[in-house]
Amino acid sequence: MADGPALLTAAVGGERRALARLLTGIENQDPAFRELLPRIFAATRGAHLVGVTGPPGAGKSTLVTALTREYRTRGRRVGIVAVDPSSPYTGGAIMGDRIRMMEHAADREVFMRSMASRGELGGIAATTWLVAAALDAAGYDPVLVETVGAGQAELEVARLAETTVVVEVPEMGDEIQAIKAGLLEVADVVVVNKADRPGAERSARQLRAMLAGAGGRFAAPPPILLTVATTGDGIGALVDAIEADRERARSADRALARARNQLLRAVAERSRRRAEARAEWEATVAEIAEHRLDPITAADRLLGK
Amino acid sequence: MSDEPGTSEAQPRTAPIRVLIAKPGLDGHDRGAKVLARGLRDEGFEVIYTGLRQTPEMIADAAEQEDVDVVGLSILSGAHMTLLPRIVEMIRGRGMDDILIAAGGIIPDADIGPLKKAGIAEIFGPGTRIGDIARYFREHARQRT
Repeated sequence: MADGPALLTAAVGGERRALARLLTGIENQDPAFRELLPRIFAATRGAHLVGVTGPPGAGKSTLVTALTREYRTRGRRVGIVAVDPSSPYTGGAIMGDRIRMMEHAADREVFMRSMASRGELGGIAATTWLVAAALDAAGYDPVLVETVGAGQAELEVARLAETTVVVEVPEMGDEIQAIKAGLLEVADVVVVNKADRPGAERSARQLRAMLAGAGGRFAAPPPILLTVATTGDGIGALVDAIEADRERARSADRALARARNQLLRAVAERSRRRAEARAEWEATVAEIAEHRLDPITAADRLLGK
Repeated sequence: MSDEPGTSEAQPRTAPIRVLIAKPGLDGHDRGAKVLARGLRDEGFEVIYTGLRQTPEMIADAAEQEDVDVVGLSILSGAHMTLLPRIVEMIRGRGMDDILIAAGGIIPDADIGPLKKAGIAEIFGPGTRIGDIARYFREHARQRT
């Protein structure tokens, strides 16, 4: 594999091909890139990490395209990570987000990377937040992370992102109850996209009423904005709202919550790997299968407790 | 993200081959490209589909950012003799020497030789089985790590 430190230096220096190869090494969890992680983090420049999530068909890709256009007019270099689902059967994936991103295809100040979820169920891949950090190190700000089409449980992006934008569409009123405990709970900004459709105002009102009573993560309910991503309507106001959240996202309590989530995730991942690496792993699995041992005691034993 | 030596996941874990499927030029028919994208997904590839009417520069940009192993160009417009060599040139010109570039679509036999000389590794005509394309990509795509 290529020389990691040299790739990082070149990527930070603006070489796009080096950045692309760096992202591949991160995504493939190439052991040669493990040692690079502290350096990548040391090289980050404080980009605003923005997650964009919502149900399939809500217009996430189109919204990310429109956001990119707006950020570009404000002189910002935009990094984009678009995650699509991997097939659980073949491991393959089709990633089509570039279709909607065509207008930025030749813009050298936009870097877009498609990622397959590779077996992760949280709406992003295991390495997505590291890829975002590398884009930050390469000078892109904001870094927009678009999740797979999300339902109730794909909340992982909120652990990664500083600002989580949840995209809804009009006339989801009846389903709002269903998602009440899910996506909306992690929203820092709520968007009702396709607002040229009937019922948009009513949906926004319903959301507003619901969130006002919900309490949620933070004291103040998130702003709710109407957009038409295809025409650009409302996108300026949306970027204003995202920008306004940037400061709030860096408050001590939110920074701590994010760090806690990242650490929880890393600990879970590292301890899983450590346990799997133990020579007695398979024998332990067999013991559980034969009902001679419960999984919790087994886990404690494997983790050396 | 790395593995301690000797862990189970340190065993060779081959990352999926990444393929860019692009439609250069002006023809608006992408059924073949979509069928191929889906077929390759079912063969375990990670397929990035860029959509219609891509310029050579857009294709090279996408290949660069996505760091793909293979670029598959679907072309039905008849402009292959001008577009395909230009795309190869642009991709190679950016230092992407190890990307496999293949083409499919309606391409007369007489043009196949010159296109291969221009750097198109293989040309898959109508009726090619997706399994054959997948096998070719697996055998000829660069080896990672």
